Amino acid sequence: MLEIKNLHASVDGKEILRGINLTVNPGEVHAIMGPNGAGKSTLSNVLAGRDGYEVTQGEVIYKGENLLELEPEERAQRGVFLAFQYPVEIPGVSNVYLLKAALNAVRKYQGQDEVDAIDFLTLVRDKMKLVKMDEQFLHRNVNEGFSGGEKKRNEILQMAVLEPALAILDETDSGLDIDALRIVSEGVNALRAADRSIVMITHYQRLLDHIVPDFVHVLSQGQIVKSGDKELAKELEKSGYSWIHDAPEGQTA
Amino acid sequence: MTDQSQQLESITQREYKAGFVTDIEADSLPPGLNEDVIREISRIKGEPEFMLEYRLKAYRHWLTMDTPEWAHVHYPPIDYQEISYYSAPKKKDDGPKSLDEVDPELLKTYEKLGVPLDERARLAGVAVDAVFDSVSVANTFQDKLAEEGIIFMPISKALKEHPDLVEKYLGSVVPYKDNFYAALNSAVFSDGSFVYIPKGVRCPMELSTYFRINAANTGQFERTLIIADDDSYVSYLEGCTAPMRDENQLHAAVVELVAMDRAEIKYSTVQNWYPGDENGKGGIYNFVTKRAACRGVSSKVSWTQVETGSAITWKYPSVVLQGDNSVGEFYSVAVTNNMQQADTGTKMIHLGKNTSSTIISKGISAGRSQNAYRGLVRVGPNAENARNYTECDSLLMGDKCGAHTFPYIEVKNPTAKVEHEASTSKISEDQLFYCKQRGLDAEDAVSMIVNGFCKQVIRELPMEFAVEAQNLLGLSLEGSVG
Repeated sequence: MLEIKNLHASVDGKEILRGINLTVNPGEVHAIMGPNGAGKSTLSNVLAGRDGYEVTQGEVIYKGENLLELEPEERAQRGVFLAFQYPVEIPGVSNVYLLKAALNAVRKYQGQDEVDAIDFLTLVRDKMKLVKMDEQFLHRNVNEGFSGGEKKRNEILQMAVLEPALAILDETDSGLDIDALRIVSEGVNALRAADRSIVMITHYQRLLDHIVPDFVHVLSQGQIVKSGDKELAKELEKSGYSWIHDAPEGQTA
Repeated sequence: MTDQSQQLESITQREYKAGFVTDIEADSLPPGLNEDVIREISRIKGEPEFMLEYRLKAYRHWLTMDTPEWAHVHYPPIDYQEISYYSAPKKKDDGPKSLDEVDPELLKTYEKLGVPLDERARLAGVAVDAVFDSVSVANTFQDKLAEEGIIFMPISKALKEHPDLVEKYLGSVVPYKDNFYAALNSAVFSDGSFVYIPKGVRCPMELSTYFRINAANTGQFERTLIIADDDSYVSYLEGCTAPMRDENQLHAAVVELVAMDRAEIKYSTVQNWYPGDENGKGGIYNFVTKRAACRGVSSKVSWTQVETGSAITWKYPSVVLQGDNSVGEFYSVAVTNNMQQADTGTKMIHLGKNTSSTIISKGISAGRSQNAYRGLVRVGPNAENARNYTECDSLLMGDKCGAHTFPYIEVKNPTAKVEHEASTSKISEDQLFYCKQRGLDAEDAVSMIVNGFCKQVIRELPMEFAVEAQNLLGLSLEGSVG
């Protein structure tokens, strides 16, 4: 599904990612943890193709294609989905309008017909149950006036509608109270599938109690310094991130 | 420059689709302006005496006036002696009686512009007056409208057939002394539409005028007059285009609306005059005076405009709220790109009791353009319980354009309630990236964001034209994402 090889990336000339290696197979859920400034958000932005990140070395292969050569929308159309840490407000554009436009853009790439309004509503109503969203959300402007929890649920709703092959969840747990965290996690768990991979980026272990990963990686100073299963996360929870800085330089998963 | 601002740039580098020239023989007056030229215009049109006198008075007054310089626009002085004040396609007699008599080249022109004049091909329920340079060349559905007693015809024809009505109302809302361009227009105006809706009649179809400037070095001086008598209703739409030329051309229009007791006029404009090229060469100077008088009690006028064209736009569709309980509305989207300049807004003059007005203005600036909102809300001493709500929002695309807001509020009655809200925002790279990450390409993303920004205004347009306006917004910003 996804293969990241020796990925180096800089922002404003400063190297943030310094040789990331990671392989994600279909159906796997990977958690990437790390302290602030480790390069977690840089990694998700580079994978999604955001401007302002310069890849200086390495490659990223997604379903056999060089992901880094594709425009952000081409990556999205091929099934790469980023659940944003800070979802953006778009005034005057209703949630349902964006959702439908997004779904149709993806379907068009896949050579499928556009869905009509009625089929779309049926589909979206069904998906909304996953994240316990009220139908009135559809007619509100994208993220405008949404609470932190509503914004994150909305991201998962978009994921449910678009059915990506690779979902990158960037700090999806940040800013959520325990109830919202549970709803969001249940939504994500319902979307786990044999042909769908999920990369969760998080600072805290608590998300992993709800969405149990197959693999846990520790990112520090732009490199994956330790990999393991979910027990690794618990270890981190106990002893914090400070010990990893003592880990030998260059050690990778 | 980042990739995304480059994309914005390329999205707003648009192609002007109405930029072609119709090859047609024309009768034009040589460039220049003096009393003989005015007499000649009036003679060609076979106008009644009062009209010529009015024109001459306006001309003499115009000579004493100076070009207004207060607007936030810059352009070299206009040489009024270099402009031709009359140009008309050659024809046999005065005005086509039926479409069969209209030059096929003209029919083709309008068809190319998406305004087929054939009644069978027209959108059902829209009557069209087609003004080509200085004259009206076709006018559809006249018979059907006449059954209801509605008059919808070129103003030059109305001067012959209904001189009393024209004399009574022409200049009653915008006197020729009003301003420099209104005086010029009053002296040399050529054609435009005249509409009269009798008492108690609800006009069964949209009325529309399609203005086309074709000839080079001519000015278009449109004059439109709409009168809605007691308890009547009319919805009117105008569209405008011009060929691409390197020289600037002047369009100085005057539009007057009169709404009597409980009458309602809805006036919508989709303005797409040639805006000039990306370096600001050529384009139309759109200097327009539009004003409505809500004369009757509980009358209502609403202006909706989508302004995407013109090198310079200088226009303030206004409402004088004379009648008690009258209502004025102004909904505007003004898009400027490349080197375009716009100074546009409205005036709401509250004179009657319990009058209310709403102003919603959306300015979108891209490229190196300058976009200003200028609005006046005045509440007179007798306007008890006047209400105004103003919202003006500016959207910037890129970092080389400007948005400006000049609100003027004058209140002379303590019971008035006046609210003003303003905002300025940018299409952020975050918004664009968010949409792209959901699979939309940059153009669709910008179009979606811009249409969202303008939603409050677009939904005021008659449905047939809302779609056209949305497409035009997308086109106007083609090449400009930032």
